[in-house]
Amino acid sequence: MSAAATDIATLPKRENRAWKKLRANPAALFGFVLVAFFIIIAVAAPILPIDSPIKTSWSAIRKAPSAAHWLGTDDIGRDILSRMIWGARASLLAGVISVAIAVALGVPLGVAAGYLRGWTDAAISRMTEALLAAPFLILAIALAAFLGPSLSNAMIAIGLSAMPVFIRLARAQTMDVLTEDYVESAHAVGVGPGALVWRYILPNIFPPILVQATLTIATAIIAEASLSFLGLGQQPPAPSWGSMLNVAKNFLDQAPWMALWPGLAIFLVVLGFNLVGDGLRDALDPRDI
Amino acid sequence: MSEVILEARGLERRFVTASPVFGEPTVVHAVSGVDLAVRQGETFAIVGESGCGKSTLARVLTRLIPASGGSVSYAGRDLSGLRPAEIRALRREVQFIFQDPFSSLNPRMTVGALIEEPLRTHKIGTKAERRARVAELLQRVGLPVQAATRYPHEFSGGQRQRIGIARALASGPKVVVGDEPVSALDVSIQAQVVNLLAELKEELGLTLVVIAHDLAVIRHMADRVAVMYLGEIVEQAPAHALFAAPRHPYTEALVWAIPLPDPGARRAQSRVAGELPNPTAPPSGCRFHPRCPYAIARCSAERPVLSAPDAEGRQVACHRAGELTLDGLASVQSARSDAARARFDLYRQAREAEATPD
Repeated sequence: MSAAATDIATLPKRENRAWKKLRANPAALFGFVLVAFFIIIAVAAPILPIDSPIKTSWSAIRKAPSAAHWLGTDDIGRDILSRMIWGARASLLAGVISVAIAVALGVPLGVAAGYLRGWTDAAISRMTEALLAAPFLILAIALAAFLGPSLSNAMIAIGLSAMPVFIRLARAQTMDVLTEDYVESAHAVGVGPGALVWRYILPNIFPPILVQATLTIATAIIAEASLSFLGLGQQPPAPSWGSMLNVAKNFLDQAPWMALWPGLAIFLVVLGFNLVGDGLRDALDPRDI
Repeated sequence: MSEVILEARGLERRFVTASPVFGEPTVVHAVSGVDLAVRQGETFAIVGESGCGKSTLARVLTRLIPASGGSVSYAGRDLSGLRPAEIRALRREVQFIFQDPFSSLNPRMTVGALIEEPLRTHKIGTKAERRARVAELLQRVGLPVQAATRYPHEFSGGQRQRIGIARALASGPKVVVGDEPVSALDVSIQAQVVNLLAELKEELGLTLVVIAHDLAVIRHMADRVAVMYLGEIVEQAPAHALFAAPRHPYTEALVWAIPLPDPGARRAQSRVAGELPNPTAPPSGCRFHPRCPYAIARCSAERPVLSAPDAEGRQVACHRAGELTLDGLASVQSARSDAARARFDLYRQAREAEATPD
């Protein structure tokens, strides 16, 4: 080997293997396409040639899917396709942002509890248990009612309600990682607490958190639906899949399409997020070729 | 005699294994009352069977775990009073090589990042200098520079241990403590890694402390050897003297278990019976007496202490050290029995007859 080749900076960058592995995984790719599809229609809603989602029509109440209304109309004659597309915004935001809040608050608290132990752990763990004592949805409703009815408050309420799970998971995973030999090797090198958390704990607790997050997105979308139903989430007449589903359940016999489309959309988005989550977990594990 | 760089005085380490609500907690004395002094530039070996506390001793010596009693000093500085930041700073000079190369490297860091980490941590050099140093270290331990961009799982056990060694050497330490650095490797790989360590030690003027249960390895590497039994040092001596003529019955048993590449030189046998006693309830008196073939009444009553070093620097903790003559490797040189010798003569004649063309 020549001396010139000894500079690591000159080594060819290995191609991004995580991306390559993700592309080679058909299930993950399908999930990615599903999620991307819903994100694109949600973003493109204002420019799509569709009716206003809040325009009512007394002459087209609970009409089945037709050329005029591809997905049918609802109980006050609004176009379901249009409401689905606009509703994707509220539902996706509710799912992603509330989970982002839960992860952003829960993981640092969990890592702090698991790493520092002692009084910090006792305080965080007791608080977590208190939150877990209340059922998820009841807690979300209570918080949303306390914060006031709006979509953003609903997201905060759902995020705070989902947070305890992430605290517990991050705490347990941190304690598990801390017993690994490679953490002792970090101590032996003299790595400080910040670098230990950043380079050792977070990358190694990431996979189960990612999986939990994709599962929680599904729960959050449904929770937003429940809050909307109670008037605590998306405010009518603005649509969300959850609120559409809640109205539709009164008309299951007369207009089953009203429930079919939002139900199918929630199912597909949740499936998409889960497939992407699984694929990401595998793709980001360097041990997995 | 060169100066002492790492010294332990009355070192203790206890672990509480069970603490019931009522009654006494169960305490294991993994290290009890160890005195040792490692001199600059030597290879100091600590040997003993599994569970005798040698890995704990290695960790207490490097302050990876705190001592329960006694003191450790490095270059004349007592380590027990150091704050966490001062201990981290000490890591630049005192490094550790782990036993298991499969679990001791962070799976989510590249090999380059792992080797660079000590340099980053101690803020040594610029980014470019650190990269050059990583490349140099990789080559020095016999790995291609391209290894820097890969992950540890892509390497075999021996290669990973080389990565571990490169990581330990990155910050330019003065003392390297190896906790069974080769015991997890195949025998053929062990020799390579042992030779690498010996070369690096010479080249960089390191002081090596090696923990092992395999005396064959130690015999090739060590200048001085301390033999541990159940948390205590029972004998300490220059390696050649210890192997040639052990003074403690336990050392004799260990030396006797070394395989010799000389068939028929002696019968394969173990000189000690039984298992290591339960360390939560060590035997009275000399801790080795229940397994010692030379034990007398005094051994079970009175605990022997490590003698003062003699002219050769040998120390032993045995009541009967003065009166016993123990077998070492010196006494097995061509000690084949008559029958064995006769048989090997026949083999040789047969081989020679075959080799001779008709």
